[in-house]
Amino acid sequence: MAGILEARGLTYRIGKKDILNGLDLTIKKGEIHVIMGVNGTGKTTLASVVMGLGGYQPASGQLLFDGEDITTLSITERAKLGIMLAWQIPASFEGVAVREYLSLGGSNADVPSLLKMVGLSPQQYAGRFVDDSLSGGERKRIELAAVMAMKPKLVVLDEPDSGIDLASTGTITRLIRKFKENGASVLLITHNENMASVGDIVSLLCGGKIVKQGKARQMARFFEKYCKGCEHVGKVEEEKLNG
Amino acid sequence: MASPASELDAMVEAYSAAGGDKGSLASPGHASLIVSGNKLLGKSEADGVSIDAKGTPDGVDITISVEEGKDVGQVHLCIGMLQKKGRQLIRSHYIVGKNASVDFVSHCIFPNAERMQHLMDLDIRLSSGAKMSYRDEHIHSERGLVVKPRLRASIGENAQLIDEFKLVKGAVGELDLDYEVTQEKGSSCELLTKLYGKKNDRMRVKESLFLNGENASGTAKSRIVLKGSAKAEVLGEIEGNAPYTRGHVDCHEVVEGENAVAEAVPRIRVNNPLARITHEAAIGRINKKELETLMSRGLAEDEAVDFIVNGLLR
Repeated sequence: MAGILEARGLTYRIGKKDILNGLDLTIKKGEIHVIMGVNGTGKTTLASVVMGLGGYQPASGQLLFDGEDITTLSITERAKLGIMLAWQIPASFEGVAVREYLSLGGSNADVPSLLKMVGLSPQQYAGRFVDDSLSGGERKRIELAAVMAMKPKLVVLDEPDSGIDLASTGTITRLIRKFKENGASVLLITHNENMASVGDIVSLLCGGKIVKQGKARQMARFFEKYCKGCEHVGKVEEEKLNG
Repeated sequence: MASPASELDAMVEAYSAAGGDKGSLASPGHASLIVSGNKLLGKSEADGVSIDAKGTPDGVDITISVEEGKDVGQVHLCIGMLQKKGRQLIRSHYIVGKNASVDFVSHCIFPNAERMQHLMDLDIRLSSGAKMSYRDEHIHSERGLVVKPRLRASIGENAQLIDEFKLVKGAVGELDLDYEVTQEKGSSCELLTKLYGKKNDRMRVKESLFLNGENASGTAKSRIVLKGSAKAEVLGEIEGNAPYTRGHVDCHEVVEGENAVAEAVPRIRVNNPLARITHEAAIGRINKKELETLMSRGLAEDEAVDFIVNGLLR
């Protein structure tokens, strides 16, 4: 499989601190690629750099999408190529109905099916506003439905399970698989080993770099053993990686 | 000068163009009133609603009463002037009887205004248990006019008032909105003002709630978007004067114009240790995350701004 997204030597810096430190990463077409890492390792920064959000221009390195250099493209240009981001904490939109929000990509969006897909009743939710009257979990599901409606080629999911009750994580994993079935590649950011099990491959982010890659079960074990409770955030301990 | 029949047709057409439902002005069972300048062009009463309206030298005096215990549904008001210049003073009294319920849908239309003054003096009295909503949408010409809505309302025990003033179509011109509501025990009130200021529009909004009865609650909310050199000044004021009163001032002003200026002053006061009043205000550019979320769905920045603004002012 060819790479749909390639990061080559990507460095993103705040002041003197490298949040991403020469990161290399390849997401293959049609794959669910999980990025795991503890808090503060640069997972959300990576999502922001891939989407090209304001203030997230890399200091050096290159980002290729389907072979095209997108490092300097705007958010809108990247979205038009098919890159979509579902935020960890989605924004609210006062006065905007869910129905309208899910139709951003065109009036032919099948709103009832999209809502059912994320476990929400179309009758109860299509007319509601995408504002603070929704709970965090409801808002998150609607965000995922909105990204699904856009028929993305690459979807970046930043901790899609955060704020969602345990019983609903099954809905989220089914949805992630649905993205893949629809032909999209998925960059899934999480620190939840159970969520990571949906991935075809898992990369471990530490100190702004991908330090280890492997299958979900193997990486979940490693993460559980060495990363959880690790007090050396930002410092890669080579002996553990090789051990 | 247009004849009354053609003036009525012109007003109804302007009402329809402004988004009003033409049929509602002549629908049996619904009360309605059509006023142009100081002329009463149409009036329809319904079971439980009586309308008394008479012309004055520069406007119309209106009294609308809703009978005790009656749920009369919607009452449609179409008020305006088709001329380019002039002055209109509307004095309105709305009296809603005990446990009665009514929804006013009002359109104030000035499609040709160039040098126009529209003064509204509203007096609302809700008896105990009454429910009233008053949604007032203004549609102006591209030149705008001088508009001075003044509301004084008293809400009886366990009564409820929802008031929305919306001016987002055409130019504002100069607006001086002054609303003051006093509330009795268990009553509730929601005031909401939505404005879209452009070019040199000037807006002054004062929303005041006095929560005088135990358990009374109220919100004074404003949503304002400013472009060009428009200026807006908002005073949201709530006093909690009795036990367990709850109030909230909520002001959101989006500044899009290079020379636009927004100002918000909350004034909250508690005169009883068991009262609780809160306030929040957000003034300035559109939230970056909202903008980037929409851009990440393929909208250009200006399309994203329009999408957010339309939602806010809807």
